[in-house]
Amino acid sequence: MLLEVSAIETFYGPSQALFGVDLTVDEGEVVALMGRNGMGKSTTIRSICRLTPPRAGRISFGGVDLSSMRPHKAARLGIGLVPEGRRCFPNLTVEENLVAAARKGKWTLEAVTQLFPRLAERRTQFANSLSGGEQQMLAIGRALMTNPRLIILDEATEGLAPVIRHDIWASIRTLKQEGQSILVVDKTMSELMPVADRCTILEKGRTVWTGLPQDLSEDVRNTYLGV
Amino acid sequence: MRQHLRRETLVNAGLAVLLLAAPAIAAMAGEPFYVTLATRMAILALAAVGLNFVLGLGGLVSFGHAAFFGIGGYAAGILATHAFNQEPFPFGLSGTNQMLVIWLAALIASGIVALLIGLVSLRTSGVYFIMITLAFAQMIYYFAISWPAYGGEDGLSIYVRNAFPGVNTLDPLSFFLICYVLLMIVLAFFATLRNSRFGAALQAARQNPVRLASVGVEPFRIRLVAFVISGMITGLAGALFADLNRFVSPSMLSWHMSGELIVLIILGGTGRLFGPVAGAILYILFEYFLGGITERWQLFLGLILLAVVLFARGGLIGLLAGKVRHD
Repeated sequence: MLLEVSAIETFYGPSQALFGVDLTVDEGEVVALMGRNGMGKSTTIRSICRLTPPRAGRISFGGVDLSSMRPHKAARLGIGLVPEGRRCFPNLTVEENLVAAARKGKWTLEAVTQLFPRLAERRTQFANSLSGGEQQMLAIGRALMTNPRLIILDEATEGLAPVIRHDIWASIRTLKQEGQSILVVDKTMSELMPVADRCTILEKGRTVWTGLPQDLSEDVRNTYLGV
Repeated sequence: MRQHLRRETLVNAGLAVLLLAAPAIAAMAGEPFYVTLATRMAILALAAVGLNFVLGLGGLVSFGHAAFFGIGGYAAGILATHAFNQEPFPFGLSGTNQMLVIWLAALIASGIVALLIGLVSLRTSGVYFIMITLAFAQMIYYFAISWPAYGGEDGLSIYVRNAFPGVNTLDPLSFFLICYVLLMIVLAFFATLRNSRFGAALQAARQNPVRLASVGVEPFRIRLVAFVISGMITGLAGALFADLNRFVSPSMLSWHMSGELIVLIILGGTGRLFGPVAGAILYILFEYFLGGITERWQLFLGLILLAVVLFARGGLIGLLAGKVRHD
């Protein structure tokens, strides 16, 4: 197992957000993390990346226990985060954004700009002058440049134009074909279901359902996802 | 943006030529005073380039860079005094009047102190960082005052300007050229580093340290390296400043000096390559011309600074070349 999250409990100050989340991602697997708003998807991701470390439970990545690890160390183990809201470094150019965190591997500047040709055109432009979709591509590119073993996409297509969404989903499918392990949070079920190998559903800070996408019954969808 | 960059390159080139041509003309006209004025500009610009690393690129407001400036100055003063009096140091080391050795000593000494100060102060941020860097600089200031072996409050004189192979350093224009060439080398180094991966990470750490950590780069280490480089450059400028005045005193270490360096950068343009150069030229000109009119020239400097902060946040470079990075 590449990523193993078991029974984590995470707090923001005194208020508890996660009450026992279990989640696994295998090498080369695409796992969809689902649930309605406020159920703990982003908190789970923040816990994995150790931006908000859990107070109880265990997270291991590639067999290494992440407890008491600082965020940059976790990232160095090979967790590449594409944060919600496409957070690039606004006053760096596209190229600077990409190389700032680059580590050796198959994802080089050339490989990333091949995946997102739009970034090649915008190489010397500042990130804050890009469109939302381009910023999202840049955020994904930046995560890829760290050559992660697992890439985490938090709401990667939220608030983007349909054309851009289409491009981003195409790039996610390309990554899957290349055997990249992905943990993805998204609300577009129609795009998510064909890509996902497995689904995990959160409800009020707990894992309530894990299984194959085709086993996701009408009943489960109605109860936990409201779709 | 491309156009901005080209314009900035032109402005930079103009400043570089101006700073070189003015003292050359003054020297030909037999006005060594103006050569000395230009030398001060070059040295203060160099000191501010050091600070620009952490302040401009890293967004870290160090209010203690006088510490490095003074340490560089004292390195020059102490080594020269020992050489002049032929008093060896312990462990068989001797003093020297060779600038190259003195610069090396200034770089090493200020680098070590920057490492120690950085290790503690970079764990804080914002106003605490400002205060802790100020506190360290004040500690060194009071140490220098209370150290009678090297002049204490009265400072330390360098009787003969230190030597540089093949150059008569007593000639004002020759000494200016040494300072000018060093400034240009350090500016080239600054430009290279700013455009490198390290420079990108340093600026990313300013914009969002958490985001940088989440892509696997530790902001603390990047900042520490920048802080050490920054302290070393300012230390080098201190050694030159000591040689220019042939005098070192605790005033080089005082918090006024730290403030002056920050003012230079803001006047010229924070984070801009030639910001410190533009700032130093402006500052010395204000000091000279306003100072010639009134004793209270700093009041007017204050008003000008206020105007820059309110209306021209990119400083002089921002006015001439347009805003690029800093909004």
